[in-house]
Amino acid sequence: MKYTDGNNCFVYIDHDEGTINQVSLELLTEAKHLMKRLKAPEKVVAIWLGTFTDDILKMLGDYGADHIITCEREDLNQYDVMKHTTVISEMIDAYHPQSMLIGGTVKGRELAPRISARVHTGLTADATQIDLDGETHHLAITRPAFGGNLYATIITPDHFPQMATIRPGVFEAKTFGHTSLPTQETFQYDKALHSPIEVMAIEEKDTKRTNIADAKLIVSAGRGVKNCLNLVSDVAAHLNGEVASSRALVDGGIMSKNHQVGQTGHTVRPSLYIACGISGAVQHTAGMDKSDTIIAINTDENAPIFDVADLGIVGDAQAILKQLQKQLDA
Amino acid sequence: MNIAVLVKQVPDTTEIKIDKETGALIRKGIPTITNPDDLTGVELALQLKETYGGNIHAFTMGPSSAKNMLRELYARGIDEATLLSDKAFAGSDTWATSHILASALKKHAFDLVIAGRQAIDGDTAQVGPQVAEFLKIPHVSYVDRVIDYNDGMLKVKKNEEHRMLTLNLPTPALITVLDEAAKPRYMNMFDIFRRSHLPLNQLTCDDLDVSLADIGIKGSPTKVKKTFNKSATQKQPKQTLNPEQAARTILDFIEAKGGQS
Ligand SMILES: Cc1cc2nc3c(=O)[nH]c(=O)nc-3n(C[C@H](O)[C@H](O)[C@H](O)COP(=O)(O)OP(=O)(O)OC[C@H]3O[C@@H](n4cnc5c(N)ncnc54)[C@H](O)[C@@H]3O)c2cc1C
Ligand SMILES: Nc1ncnc2c1ncn2[C@@H]1O[C@H](COP(=O)(O)O)[C@@H](O)[C@H]1O
Repeated sequence: MKYTDGNNCFVYIDHDEGTINQVSLELLTEAKHLMKRLKAPEKVVAIWLGTFTDDILKMLGDYGADHIITCEREDLNQYDVMKHTTVISEMIDAYHPQSMLIGGTVKGRELAPRISARVHTGLTADATQIDLDGETHHLAITRPAFGGNLYATIITPDHFPQMATIRPGVFEAKTFGHTSLPTQETFQYDKALHSPIEVMAIEEKDTKRTNIADAKLIVSAGRGVKNCLNLVSDVAAHLNGEVASSRALVDGGIMSKNHQVGQTGHTVRPSLYIACGISGAVQHTAGMDKSDTIIAINTDENAPIFDVADLGIVGDAQAILKQLQKQLDA
Repeated sequence: MNIAVLVKQVPDTTEIKIDKETGALIRKGIPTITNPDDLTGVELALQLKETYGGNIHAFTMGPSSAKNMLRELYARGIDEATLLSDKAFAGSDTWATSHILASALKKHAFDLVIAGRQAIDGDTAQVGPQVAEFLKIPHVSYVDRVIDYNDGMLKVKKNEEHRMLTLNLPTPALITVLDEAAKPRYMNMFDIFRRSHLPLNQLTCDDLDVSLADIGIKGSPTKVKKTFNKSATQKQPKQTLNPEQAARTILDFIEAKGGQS
């Protein structure tokens, strides 16, 4: 849609029956930082579909929401791409937000493009950085392009809202010590909503899933250590950390997909990330370069992983891990 | 079951090199491939056809070199292929691309449209859902498996982060597929020889009901402001150490950083 008079930044709150997905809090925080940088700060508006409570109001406020627009219908408690597209597009028509951020989860990546097509606006996928273009309201959204070999900064100059999806973990969720609760407004949508898509069954996945996304310390394995993964896990266990991996090992069927760090895997930001035998392709570093501290071990002194490392060691990871094991045991 | 498959020819990104001096992409001599998720889509279509009958029609928007890809898909067993190619399409973002693809699809009656989850060059996973919206049909992204097709209802498994959903949706519908959905078969020499000369359909802007204002660079809501190569400066000098020293250095480093968690 063409720009009219709106200005706020909408953040879609992804939730399962009231349990908020962390990525939405990360986006609220980032949106707050962005809006504060404007000469005349604008509001961060959280968009909530489904049953709403005061606890949710407070929580969204804590993480940066100034205002909340709700559409409290029970038939919106469960995410449905068709219903959610309709209601959110109607909200966009009614409020003319400047921009809208949506978490880059499976849901978000299914929903956001559908909305952008309906309201005729631009959508940038998998933003890794969001800036203001000069001092204007325009967002300059940076994302990896060409499989991460290049970065591109994208703008949506003439259409609104300027939309972006952002993967979990790219931004940090922080609470703002605030004095007043956010304001709330109800978006009245009374028309019948029906979706042709019917949910027949939901299976929770294996609970054994790793939680590398929340880990404080990660020892990560690449193709260079594929023959000594037991050493990697042993050292990780000694350091109270989790094991992660590059995609090379996932594609090779050696590690499961939920261990994968990178553009098409998890984004992690542990206090310490130890990369063993990982070359450091941009697709990999896109998922770990925000770690507080990075140690890289690689036999190739020109490996790009050293470009992001705080401590770079040129050497055989297997031998070094063995030594680490020995010294940790001592 | 009549199926449209959306396929894109992409540079083989594992082969992409960056010019260290200019930071630009070296495109010369980079081989192109059929986008991997799209090959999954083609294979899934072939399997559905084997079970439910019907016709498979592949669509691609791209330069005329994409004909080679379409010939390969003929060899794999699709029934019809259409190339959408026009100078006016160049520079289209996902919105404009989807608009163009949808206007070509509208000329036919399909039960199912299959797109890949994402293209390895654009990497947006947006075109499938946007095409579905332009066609005003329901869609499901991240389909891991098609379970069955009965009375016009398609039953699929969708793979979310922490759960698997079984969904029923009426056709016509669009799905975007993950590589788990089907494993592309090997082509046999006989088919390559026999089928790759089948005629290709070619459409240009004039054949479609699209306005110049909605396609190409001009019709794309998003614009690329700049591209850059992030292989920035090295943070710290590298050290070459023997394993024992290396292990010690690492442990000292961890300690200095405040110890392990
Ligand atoms: C669209 C797309 C998305 C992608 N998404 C991801 C993603 O999410 N995550 C990801 O990781 N990758 C991703 N990739 C793949 C990525 O481009 C790389 O191919 C991959 O990260 C390489 O993994 P690797 O570093 O383990 O293997 P390699 O590149 O093969 O590197 C192995 C490294 O080990 C070193 N080595 C060998 N032996 C030893 C030894 N004994 N001791 C120490 N070092 C040794 C070598 O010098 C080399 O640097 C993606 C690619 C594409 C095209
Ligand atoms: N130019 C194109 N021609 C045909 N199909 C396309 C084109 N671009 C994208 N697609 C389809 O949309 C999917 C997602 O692409 P993308 O949104 O670029 O990640 C691809 O896997 C293709 O199935």
